Amino acid sequence: MFDPDVTSPLDDGSPAITPVGPVSRAIIRCRASDIDLVSNRIDIALPRAACRSVQDSGLSALWLGPDEWLILNATPADSWVSELSARLDGALCSLVDVSHRQVALSVHGPRAEDILATGCALDHSIAAFPVGMCTRTMFAKAEIVLWRTGAANFHLEVWRSFARYVEALLREAESER
Amino acid sequence: MTTTLFRTGSGGLIDRSRPLRFTFDGKSYSGLQGDTLASALLANGVHLVGRSFKYHRPRGIMGIGADEPNALVGVRRDDARYTPNLLATQVELYDGLDAVSQNRHPSLENDRMAVNDRLLSRFIPAGFYYKTFMWPHKAWDRLYEPRIRAAAGLGVAPDKPDPDSYTQRYAHCDVLVIGAGPAGITAAMEAATADARVILCDDRAAMGGSLLSAASVTIAGKDSSVWLDESLAALARMPNVTLLSRTIAFGYYPHNWIGLTERLTDHLAVMPAGRPRERLWQVRAKEVVIAAGAIERPLVFPGNDRPGIMLADAARTYLQQYGVSVGRRVAIVAAHDSAYRAAHELRAAGIAVVVIADIRSRPAVANPPDCAGTRILSDASIEGTTGKLRVTSITLSAGSKRETFACDTVLMAGGFTPSVHLFSQSRGKLAWDPELQAYLPGQSAEAERSAGACRGRFALEEALADGMEAGRAAARSAGFATGVEVHGPAVTVSHPIGEGGHIGATSSSKGAKDKAFVDWQNDVTANDILLAAREGFISIEHVKRYTTTGMATDQGKLSNINALGIVSEATGRTIPEIGLTTFRAPYTPITFGSLAGRARGDLFDPARVTAFNDWAIEQGAVFENVRNWKRAHYFPRPGEDMHAAVARECLQVRKSVGIFDASTLGKIEVVGPDAAEFLNRFYVNAWTKLGVGKCRYGVLLREDGFILDDGVVGRLAPDRFHVTTTTGGAARVLNMMEDYLQTEWPDLRVWLTSTTEQWSVIAVQGPNAREVLSPLIEGLDVSAEAFPHMSIADAQMCGVPMRLMRVSFTGELGFEVNVPSGYGAMVWQAIWERGKLYDMVPYGTETMHVLRAEKGFIIVGQETDGTVTPDDVGLAWAIGKAKPDFVGKRSLARPALAASNRKQLVGLLTRNPQIALEEGAQIVSPSAPGTSIGHVTSSYHSSVLKKSIALALVRGGRARIGQILHVSMPGGSIPVGVVAPVFFDPEGKRINV
Repeated sequence: MFDPDVTSPLDDGSPAITPVGPVSRAIIRCRASDIDLVSNRIDIALPRAACRSVQDSGLSALWLGPDEWLILNATPADSWVSELSARLDGALCSLVDVSHRQVALSVHGPRAEDILATGCALDHSIAAFPVGMCTRTMFAKAEIVLWRTGAANFHLEVWRSFARYVEALLREAESER
Repeated sequence: MTTTLFRTGSGGLIDRSRPLRFTFDGKSYSGLQGDTLASALLANGVHLVGRSFKYHRPRGIMGIGADEPNALVGVRRDDARYTPNLLATQVELYDGLDAVSQNRHPSLENDRMAVNDRLLSRFIPAGFYYKTFMWPHKAWDRLYEPRIRAAAGLGVAPDKPDPDSYTQRYAHCDVLVIGAGPAGITAAMEAATADARVILCDDRAAMGGSLLSAASVTIAGKDSSVWLDESLAALARMPNVTLLSRTIAFGYYPHNWIGLTERLTDHLAVMPAGRPRERLWQVRAKEVVIAAGAIERPLVFPGNDRPGIMLADAARTYLQQYGVSVGRRVAIVAAHDSAYRAAHELRAAGIAVVVIADIRSRPAVANPPDCAGTRILSDASIEGTTGKLRVTSITLSAGSKRETFACDTVLMAGGFTPSVHLFSQSRGKLAWDPELQAYLPGQSAEAERSAGACRGRFALEEALADGMEAGRAAARSAGFATGVEVHGPAVTVSHPIGEGGHIGATSSSKGAKDKAFVDWQNDVTANDILLAAREGFISIEHVKRYTTTGMATDQGKLSNINALGIVSEATGRTIPEIGLTTFRAPYTPITFGSLAGRARGDLFDPARVTAFNDWAIEQGAVFENVRNWKRAHYFPRPGEDMHAAVARECLQVRKSVGIFDASTLGKIEVVGPDAAEFLNRFYVNAWTKLGVGKCRYGVLLREDGFILDDGVVGRLAPDRFHVTTTTGGAARVLNMMEDYLQTEWPDLRVWLTSTTEQWSVIAVQGPNAREVLSPLIEGLDVSAEAFPHMSIADAQMCGVPMRLMRVSFTGELGFEVNVPSGYGAMVWQAIWERGKLYDMVPYGTETMHVLRAEKGFIIVGQETDGTVTPDDVGLAWAIGKAKPDFVGKRSLARPALAASNRKQLVGLLTRNPQIALEEGAQIVSPSAPGTSIGHVTSSYHSSVLKKSIALALVRGGRARIGQILHVSMPGGSIPVGVVAPVFFDPEGKRINV
């Protein structure tokens, strides 16, 4: 009766910019002293190093702050966060489902760094922004999470209402000759 | 078409096989690929290119680059692309270029305003606008100011939207080298060889700086042009080097943040589709090498501004780089040895140099060139020039002898001023070098160093070596190892640049009949500066503002040092005692387009849209901006205006049911064992006893006790709350919460996560709301008994997760359906289809406002303005009286915040129900009509109540209920009755069904 597909505000892909399909997402927040316990319960080692990520068995944990991580699950399911919550078994932390809060774009190819440099003030060179690095930053006037998943691959998370703005700016940058 | 009479037979960097046509003031000319507009005009014998700013004197091309004060032109590419005030010396020629002169009526040759020079100039001395036009006072607005405004300003602003696109780029590097002359090139090469990431930028089309006009010079045993080509090719091959030509470094900002603009298409005859016109680079450099070169200084003497009078090294450069003779018979006035180099090279090209008048007494150069046929005067005084639209003679005296030389060109060799603009912008301290008679970079404030002529290393060999040293030092400071010290390349130069120079006015300027210009662009003469000194303006900053010297768009690149010299002589103080005015960004004018970049039109600011935005557009909604959000304001049907649409929407919600997009409300999930305690401390309300599954209306204060935000808070679990905020307050409240947790209450075990955009929120309000929703809900009993007003629960709707709140901002039975945003559109459609059975209407923010006003519900920011306490708006009941503390509690206890005559929320009713009050209108008591006692905060026509209603803040308002007050309206004040601020269903029966 109802279409359970997750809709996206984003357009179809272009050569260097591709919308990422539905992803399940959660924000975990906890104290430093509880990181090990929480990591054990949910089976992924939350990174302690600033702006670094960990990938393990289909999950990715992105460091957003000393007490905040974004967990991504490439196999989306509405029930995933409540299952994760059950596995926490009372470990002292906050787990909140943000699967629909944001959407993701992949920026890839030889011009990926240049395209991002039109709106993001960070140094995107591989030396300064190595594979696996992630950070909450700004693209033009929108907050994003930028995560390098490969030498020429960036994963960009943006809050849903800002998605069309960021996408349009990226596409303009891509179309520059 | 005119033949290009002044093009030499060979030489230069222009492409003689590619002629280009262009027009200037409608007349056709021919130039060559590689020309600038200035070089092409000179090749056609055109010197007269503009009229001066104040006196409208005929003016010619003076310089070769960014320092040009006279040759300001407008370039029209097509109907929409017209750029005024471009420097002809910087405009690259393309086929079909259409340029016009400025500041003349009706023509360059015949300018009516030239009366300013001949007849009026004695009435408009420096600072005339401070002295004249004072009386009669009334004439200022009607006569003086409009006239002055019409006369002021240069060029005509384009009147159509800019059709071009502009782009921006952030960049990072280890070493940024500004200026690709000899020092910049060796600096870049050294830094790049050490593996540093290097950006080398230069404002001109071709890199090389002074090397582009070098004649008979070898570097490392090669002709300088070969060395230059090889060096640039080597840099281009290095992957760690970015070369940016046509790119000007215009601003030096803190922490080595440099602004560059790169011109991408202005030099092209055909604009390639999709290519931006300009790119703004924001470079963050670990180290900066400034190799900005030097600016040639003019000499100040009577009549020094006629067309054909120009800078000597500029004339030499026009010859060597563009193959252009600036004239046939040239006189040179000199205070620097470079005059002799220019003379030699011009003579070698067959140009007659009739006289070199050196104002110095000593033998000019150690090894004078062959000057047969050229008179050389020393201790010369420059008495004046003649010529109407072009210089025709110069009068010189040496000793007792006074002579007039016929000439068509006068070259000025006044010496060189190091370009310290960017260094000064970086807040570095300048130091006066008495030897060189120049300000040089002294102590740095940023991680930068200067190299070459911009720090007084004028000779080529010195500049090359200085650049190498600077490049190595910069690379080392950026953390790269550099090789052993190597010496600069061997250089042979047939005519060295030499030394010398003069600062200030030459001796003949004082009391001369003709004007001796210091600042060509703002028409400031030596006498103007002397007048300022006589009138007591001692500080150079005051002299600058009084005379406007150095205040034109060229920022005094040619004039500042000479103005200093004049003030120095007049006041008997040394130049370092006088100081120097501050250099400010931008170094040269830059376009608004490049600063705006992509932030234009729809992308000017993020337009935040909800999951229902596209649906609302299809329904014909009219939108309003709420912060960055686009919200549906109302949904007009054909023929309806806003008033009619809102009246219909309101009636239908109260009669049956309406659907409203409430997604933009801020949402924060507050989680942790201390969550209730945190909310207790943060909001005024008591939270500890709020049961799971229940909601409560929360009020948030600032420390000062005034309302900051409000919203409904629901308890999902003992340790989990769903907090809502106002649309505009979402980010502010989250930041404030995080701030308090990190700084005031780090002991609390509680965490915050924004869920504003996780949930799409569909408000369904009206007597039939339950009928519409209940068949779609799975796993939750929403009957009045099981799910009363102010309940919250997680369940399912349409097969997807749902968080349902029973809340009402309308006074009707109401629900807010929260669903994950990716499912929002699907669930909305399902509710919409079902709602058709009940004639459900979509309604917008305006109807939402009216419905809540009928119920007397406040809107933060409308009923509150940052000076309103909970009690002022009747919310004292929300305060948890037993709590030991909450944000703002202590302030509420201050006497002024508890006073009985504070402004309080009341309702107002007009006698004539058709008249709605103006929001913001002032309210007075009939007994004291001169004193405002409050203002209208909200006012609407209520279709439900068939009358207008208003909310207002009135001093001691609750005690005035029943009184008549007066409200000022456009047609005069009208009486209003004060009533309680709840107009509809005061018992709240409709909510609890």
